[in-house]
Amino acid sequence: MHNKSVAELSRALASGEVSSVELTQHFLDRIQQQDSQYNSFITVCEENALADARQADELRSQGKATPWTGVPFAHKDIFCTNGVRTTCGSKMLENFVPPYDATVTANFRQAGAVCLGKTNMDEFAMGSSNESSYFGAATNPWGSNRVPGGSSGGSAAAVAARLTPAATATDTGGSIRQPAALCGITGLKPTYGRVSRYGMIAFASSLDQGGTMARTAEDNALMLNVMAGFDAKDSTSIDREVPDYTATLNEPLKGLKIGLPKEYFSDQLSPAMEQTVRNAIAEYEKLGATVKEVSLPNANLAIAAYYVIAPAEASANLSRFDGVRYGYRCDDPKDLMDLYTRTREEGFGDEVKRRIMVGTYALSAGYFDAYYLKAQKVRRLIQQDFVNALKEVDVLMSPTCPSPAFVKGEKTNDPVQMYLEDIFTIAVNLAGLPALSLPAGFVDGLPVGLQVIGDYFAEARLLNAAHQYQQVTDWHQRTPE
Amino acid sequence: MQWDVVIGLEIHVQLATNSKIFSGSSTAYGAEPNTQANAVDLAMPGTLPVPNEGAFRDAVMFGLAIDAEIGRRSVFERKNYFYPDLPKGYQTTQLEQPIVGPGHVEIDLPDGSSKTIRIHHAHLEEDAGKSLHEDFHGMSGIDLNRAGTPLIEVVTEPDMRSAEEAVAFAKKLHSLVTSLGICDGDMSQGSMRFDVNISLRPKGQEAFGTRTETKNLNSFRFMEQAIAHEVERQMDILEDGGEIIQETRLYNGDRDESRSMRSKEEANDYRYFPCPDLLPVEIDDSFIDDCRSRLPELPDARKARFKEQYGLNDYDAGLLSGDARLAAFFEEVAEHGKDAKLAANWTLGEFSGRLNAEDKAINDAPISGAQLGNLIVRIADDSVSSAGAKKVFEALWSGDGDNVDAIIEAKGLKQVSDTGELEKLVDDVLAGMADQIQQYREADDKKRKKLMGGFMGPLMKASKGQGNPKLFTEILKKKLED
Repeated sequence: MHNKSVAELSRALASGEVSSVELTQHFLDRIQQQDSQYNSFITVCEENALADARQADELRSQGKATPWTGVPFAHKDIFCTNGVRTTCGSKMLENFVPPYDATVTANFRQAGAVCLGKTNMDEFAMGSSNESSYFGAATNPWGSNRVPGGSSGGSAAAVAARLTPAATATDTGGSIRQPAALCGITGLKPTYGRVSRYGMIAFASSLDQGGTMARTAEDNALMLNVMAGFDAKDSTSIDREVPDYTATLNEPLKGLKIGLPKEYFSDQLSPAMEQTVRNAIAEYEKLGATVKEVSLPNANLAIAAYYVIAPAEASANLSRFDGVRYGYRCDDPKDLMDLYTRTREEGFGDEVKRRIMVGTYALSAGYFDAYYLKAQKVRRLIQQDFVNALKEVDVLMSPTCPSPAFVKGEKTNDPVQMYLEDIFTIAVNLAGLPALSLPAGFVDGLPVGLQVIGDYFAEARLLNAAHQYQQVTDWHQRTPE
Repeated sequence: MQWDVVIGLEIHVQLATNSKIFSGSSTAYGAEPNTQANAVDLAMPGTLPVPNEGAFRDAVMFGLAIDAEIGRRSVFERKNYFYPDLPKGYQTTQLEQPIVGPGHVEIDLPDGSSKTIRIHHAHLEEDAGKSLHEDFHGMSGIDLNRAGTPLIEVVTEPDMRSAEEAVAFAKKLHSLVTSLGICDGDMSQGSMRFDVNISLRPKGQEAFGTRTETKNLNSFRFMEQAIAHEVERQMDILEDGGEIIQETRLYNGDRDESRSMRSKEEANDYRYFPCPDLLPVEIDDSFIDDCRSRLPELPDARKARFKEQYGLNDYDAGLLSGDARLAAFFEEVAEHGKDAKLAANWTLGEFSGRLNAEDKAINDAPISGAQLGNLIVRIADDSVSSAGAKKVFEALWSGDGDNVDAIIEAKGLKQVSDTGELEKLVDDVLAGMADQIQQYREADDKKRKKLMGGFMGPLMKASKGQGNPKLFTEILKKKLED
């Protein structure tokens, strides 16, 4: 049952082959038995899940089922869940139980899906390996000493290990695509503004975007059908019609114009990685696509710009964690300053503090123009690069990250090496474009991801391109031992 | 040495929207602490601001009223600092692209002249909560009901040269925003708060001196006192050859003293940057046109109309037109009372005096404009004397009756104006006052005036206070002087 996709489970529930309670119990049992290996969940919602499953079965018996009614899934622990603790991977929110749902959470609730629990993540989504989680690093199911990537590493590991058929995730600089690639699953970061950010704990507001993780493109489409849409509670969400993302999955790819950004096929890429990605692209050519090289001339500036803008926004976004109203508070504060400094010193981990410091510095009087304003100018140049490239082609393809899953601890002492994990993903966030990563092969027994970048609101085209590839390949079906 | 005083103001004006600027919570004053603060106001994780269109409308109306350029692209920024009553750790405000650009306000000065005060800009922002330092056993309580209340901060150019000018400006601004209906103007509830920038320079010098900022003055009186206090403080320092330190000061009105809050060196680096949760707001022509169509009559126009329509003098017209609610009350009195001059006198005199004495707002007055108008009618037609009218007013105010004629009747205040009846009374009274009559007839004009009182007392007594004094006087004169 756990090898079935969301689409298959939905059909199994519809046909009465299995009940939601049975299905939910099955996944809860798997989590119970196996997650000690992966540490992919921070909180498992056994009671709530079974109650929701019973209700789903009831609704289904009344003929009121949606495709999601009774289907189990998991939320990244960055989405606020009413009555269920939401930690964002931080000691700061270790015991935080929100009295409200994120819009994404509410949407899945409305659709009747059954939330199994909250998945592990880098603290406040800051990291590329899941190692900055206060609740311990998650493990990549493809190698017990390997990172699952981050920040949505828990969601990726849980999906890859078949502990959940699907999971929500968020992507600020690659946090969906990179772990999806490292864990051999499919993950989509939608266009900025496509999915509401309300109740999704902010890291960098102008870059954060909620998205989807599952094994197949089709399941990602089913998830996006639930998640996408305008939300009056999020002023940056965009009021634009939401298509049925499953409706166009089977469109033929004949004539699809693929661009390969030459800057993303540089010498940073090992020959084995490059070969794997080029093989996948060759498969697209067999499906009728044409391929040409394009250029993103300012690609080399993306990491630098990102690591000014994202920390700058984060430094303000994380000011609310001050020990005054909710969340962690230090013991016996002497006075206000002591309350602030010790609460934040004790409540935040190193990477979070590093980014708050960087962001605070970049916004300081005397440095603002040189860092923040300059980075915003670079951001516009990068965005223009993509707009220009996407005038020539329909989608861009590249490796999702420079190498397969690395060994735990390998990059924890070198933040810059860690930041370079996102070298192919980060520019997409600066431009606000949609992009997905899909399994495209293996190097040294570890999954390799192919990144597909599309124009604004071209999620359906990306999902279509991924789905067609998955009709002729089985990388996404491979199961870790 | 002779010194010039240079004053600029920053005024926080609370907008009278029903809900907050970025959340749906109520902005009503006086609720139990933290009952009007939702997840957004508490800055719970993941919550996001949604702008309140009403606050933009209010700000644009203000901009139009001061003849300012409206910022077509309005950008919100985050002003970062930590304070317990600032839930997000930043205030959402405007810096580079405010909604209201340069404008101007005309003020009338006590000597009858007028002056233009330039407005540098006005921007939209959210208010913070309140820290309560009493009753918490050495700790502080935080009330976030006010957090997120929309404000416009109005920033003037340093165009004022005295406390009188600053107060005249403050009153004019109060009059403007209450007339526009964008602020309830209730200073005691903090609806308007003033920060005063003051510097001195030797008379004749063009360059400004070093200024200080005195923060958070919430009454015209405190503002006037604080300016006087600060001018004196600076003058003392300068006369002694000292230097003014650029700093922020707090003024304690009850003790008439001020202290330094922080110097320029200690000033926060607020690390402003555009708020990524709020897209720039584009204000288009149709929005501005809509705001323009909502503009009510403004104080200057109203003053001119009061002079024209009611024949009021400049002073009364100015007083009555300044406060929108007082102006509306006056017009109701005048409409019902017919006699505009009497309506103005009673509105400014008895009515306003009573409000002040009891520290009441016009809306809380126990007497309506129609009631006072009805009383004016009875004064004008001599049905009641002015002394009697005060008794009627008192009855209306205290709730001892609500119908003017019924009160006059019940209290026996009806004035007798029947000349036949009055003449008879005069004859009766004069019959027993031969000596006084003799005295009167021998006196000169000046003395006669004084002696008149000697007759009026017994006459009023004889008429049980109901005789029309004017008619009594006429009849008396005739009888005594014929």
